[in-house]
Amino acid sequence: MSDKMINIEILRYNPESDEKPSYGKFEVPYLEEWSMLDALEYIKDELDSTLAYRWSCRMAVCGSCGMVINGTPKLGCETFLRDYKGTIKVEPLANFPIERDLVVDAEDFINKLESVKPYIINAMEKPVEEGVTKQTPKELSLYKQFSSCINCMLCYSACPQMGINPLFTGPAVIALGHRYNLDTRDDGYDERTEVIQGKNGVWSCTFVGYCSEVCPKNVDPAAAINQNKLQGAQDWALSFLMPRKGGK
Amino acid sequence: MSQKRHIEPLLWSLFGAGGTTIAFFFPAMILVVLAVSLGVIPAEALSYERMSGFFLNNLFGQLILLVALVPSYWACIHRIYHGLHDLGFHPGAGLKVLFYGATLVLSVITIILVLF
Repeated sequence: MSDKMINIEILRYNPESDEKPSYGKFEVPYLEEWSMLDALEYIKDELDSTLAYRWSCRMAVCGSCGMVINGTPKLGCETFLRDYKGTIKVEPLANFPIERDLVVDAEDFINKLESVKPYIINAMEKPVEEGVTKQTPKELSLYKQFSSCINCMLCYSACPQMGINPLFTGPAVIALGHRYNLDTRDDGYDERTEVIQGKNGVWSCTFVGYCSEVCPKNVDPAAAINQNKLQGAQDWALSFLMPRKGGK
Repeated sequence: MSQKRHIEPLLWSLFGAGGTTIAFFFPAMILVVLAVSLGVIPAEALSYERMSGFFLNNLFGQLILLVALVPSYWACIHRIYHGLHDLGFHPGAGLKVLFYGATLVLSVITIILVLF
C-alpha cells in the first residue's frame, strides 16, 4: 500500500438510527490510479463495513455510482483521487431522497422514465417477409448522441429546476423521449407529447445548461430540451391552422 | 392534449426572437457609438433629422426599428420572469399577467408611436 493519504468526508445517513444526515470522516491510503469508487471499496472493506453505495461496472457504462464530489455531480468510477488535495467531500446525488448513505431513492426518476415511453413505438408493424428496416447513417446521426444516456441521474442532481419543481420531467427523460422521437423507425411522437410538451415538460426548463456540463456521456440533454421547445412552438402555431392535429 | 395549448410556446418563441435580435443589433449599436465617439463615423451621420427620416418616416426603416425593439421587450420580460423563479421568488399567475400584459401594452404603444 502506498503512503499517500487522503481525507474523505462522506455524508452518512441510516434511516433506522439517524435523525438527519451527518458527515463521517475517513483517512484513506491510496495509489495513483485509484478512483473514488476504489476509495469507497477500501473504506467498506477496511474501515467501516456499514457504508452503503451503489456501483457495478467501474467503467462509466452502468451509471450506478453517481454522487456529488466536492459539490459537483460525478461518477465515482471516473473521478480520480490524484486530482484532489486535502479533504474530499462526498455526498449522495442532490434532488433525490436519501435511502441510506450514498444510495438515493430513484423511484420518481424511474416513473418519469416510464412515462416518456423510451422504446420504439411502431404504428405499422412490418411483416418479417418485408425484410429489415433500413436506416441511413444520416438518420442514425440524428439521435445517436441522445441514445448514449446511461441513466446515471447526474443531470437531475445538477438541475436547479429539479430542486424548485420536483414535478419537472427532467433532462435525461426528455433527452431519451427525444431520442425515440428522432428515430425514423418510431411512430410514438404523439404518445410522448403530453409528457415532453406539458407544463412540467420542456417548459419548466429555464436553460441553465448545467445538465449538459455534468453529463459523463456528452448526451447534451439541454440541447434535446431546446430542440423540443422549438418543435413545441411549431406545433403550437400549427395547432391553430390544423386544429385537429392535436385532438387525438 | 389540453396541455398542448398553454401559452408558454408563444412566450418562448418571442423570447427566442428577442434574444436573436438583441444579439444581432446590440453589438452593432456598440460599434456604431464607439465609431462615432472615436470620430471614425462623423457625428452628423447620426443626426436626429437623418435618423428619424429613415426610422420613423420610411416604412422599411420603421419595420427595422420595430424588429429591433419589440421582440427584445419579450426576451427581457421572459428572462426576468423565469430568472425570478430561478432565484427562489415564484411569481404567481397575477404577476405573470401583469408582467406580460405590461409588455403587450408597451409593444402596442411602440408600434403605434413608430408607425403613426
